[in-house]
Amino acid sequence: MALSNDEVLAGLAEIVSEETDIDTAEVTADKSFTDDLDIDSLSMMTIVTLAEEKFDVRIPDEKVKDLVTVGDAVDYITAAQA
Amino acid sequence: MNVVVTGLGTTSPLGGDVASTWEGALAGRSGVRTLDNDWAELYGVPVTFAGQLAVRPEEVLSRPETKRMDPSAQMALVAAREAWADAGLPEVEPERLGSVVSSGIGGVWTLLTAWDTVKERGASRVLPLTVPMLMPNSPTAYISLEFKARAGAHAPVSACASGAEAIGMGFEMIQSGRADVVICGGTEAAIHPLPISAFAAMQALSKRNDDPAGASRPYDVSRDGFVLGEGAGVVILESEEYALARGARIHARLLGLGMTGDAHHIAAPEPNGAGQTRAMELALERAGLSTADVVHVNAHATSTPVGDMIEARGIRALLGAHADQVLLSATKSMTGHLLGGAGALESVFTIKALETRTAPPTINVTEPDPELEVDLVRDTPRALPEGQIAAINNSFGFGGHNVALVFGTA
Repeated sequence: MALSNDEVLAGLAEIVSEETDIDTAEVTADKSFTDDLDIDSLSMMTIVTLAEEKFDVRIPDEKVKDLVTVGDAVDYITAAQA
Repeated sequence: MNVVVTGLGTTSPLGGDVASTWEGALAGRSGVRTLDNDWAELYGVPVTFAGQLAVRPEEVLSRPETKRMDPSAQMALVAAREAWADAGLPEVEPERLGSVVSSGIGGVWTLLTAWDTVKERGASRVLPLTVPMLMPNSPTAYISLEFKARAGAHAPVSACASGAEAIGMGFEMIQSGRADVVICGGTEAAIHPLPISAFAAMQALSKRNDDPAGASRPYDVSRDGFVLGEGAGVVILESEEYALARGARIHARLLGLGMTGDAHHIAAPEPNGAGQTRAMELALERAGLSTADVVHVNAHATSTPVGDMIEARGIRALLGAHADQVLLSATKSMTGHLLGGAGALESVFTIKALETRTAPPTINVTEPDPELEVDLVRDTPRALPEGQIAAINNSFGFGGHNVALVFGTA
């Protein structure tokens, strides 16, 4: 069964928090991965790899650059699950 | 240019820092114990014990640090932070600060775990940080990042001599004028079924599974191989001028370095120990000392039937009758063999021995090899003489790498 937007956000926030020590509550849809959360490209690729496994979706490398905010990633993952 | 030691750090099988490790060594405690896993059952790994860290890095590092770094780099960072704080957090210009921290094997846990991932879950599941985690220069690179060491970050690799060679390279960075301060040392995190199986295949490891704490017994007649250990040691080296100018506390001096190659065999030492003895000779010569100045040797002595006595005969040959007055310690009896971390941890022991004028004990020697003609410190520590004294720390590695470091009192 596909997860809701909120469930994906919660799951993604856990991954981001594990990787960066940022509190899960700080990982909100409006935050930019680079500007707000200070996540570098290698960490971003790590988060993507872990998210693919957790949500059983495929996020193509060329798509990653479009995932500017946490919300972008949540939307992409939610749609990809469907 | 004179080189001094102003900071010490370690995380070892005896303790999570220098104070607890040194206390454990003076107490003659063994840091070797049975592994809490089922590798023997699962894979038939023939050795079921090792010198495991007393304090796991994840107990002191942040979660992201433990996820981004191989255990070998984590241990090095723990030791480097302690050493840096111990040195009084020098405010050195980044361009004058170096980092030389080695590992004998590198990120073996990362490499093999990533291969498991490829096999079990496919190539797309391999994490992007795998390469920076597995490369053997990862520990020195992370340390250079943390402390902004821009004079150069290096990681000379010479198997079990790597840690000592790193300290030697730090010494040369200062002597050649490349740096005022260098963070140097070695680290190893190789308690994994593959390295254990591979060392066991060489018949290099003790198989005393029923007596882990008694397995590492350098110079004892019943020694049957080394005990794998893990951990890191770091020392902060500085030019004396720089250290004095900033009012740093000086633990000891690094007086001499001798490095030679056997060019004899890929794993076995030269039977007559000529290369090892020559390394000690060169180190004393560079230090401007005579053999009579040496009061203590922290031996490489890994508890192998052949290796221990080659080194001991070499020490006797070099020091002659003076060897009767030299206190010999084999601290691997307590820590196991840290491979690339060994020369660094044992440098920490040698420096503490000079500073406190106390030679740490060698444990588990119930019947010394009858051929041993050096005064071995057994079971309890012994006092070193007053006045200006010097000590040698030997490290030798598979491949015929011989490194001798000569330290002196401050």
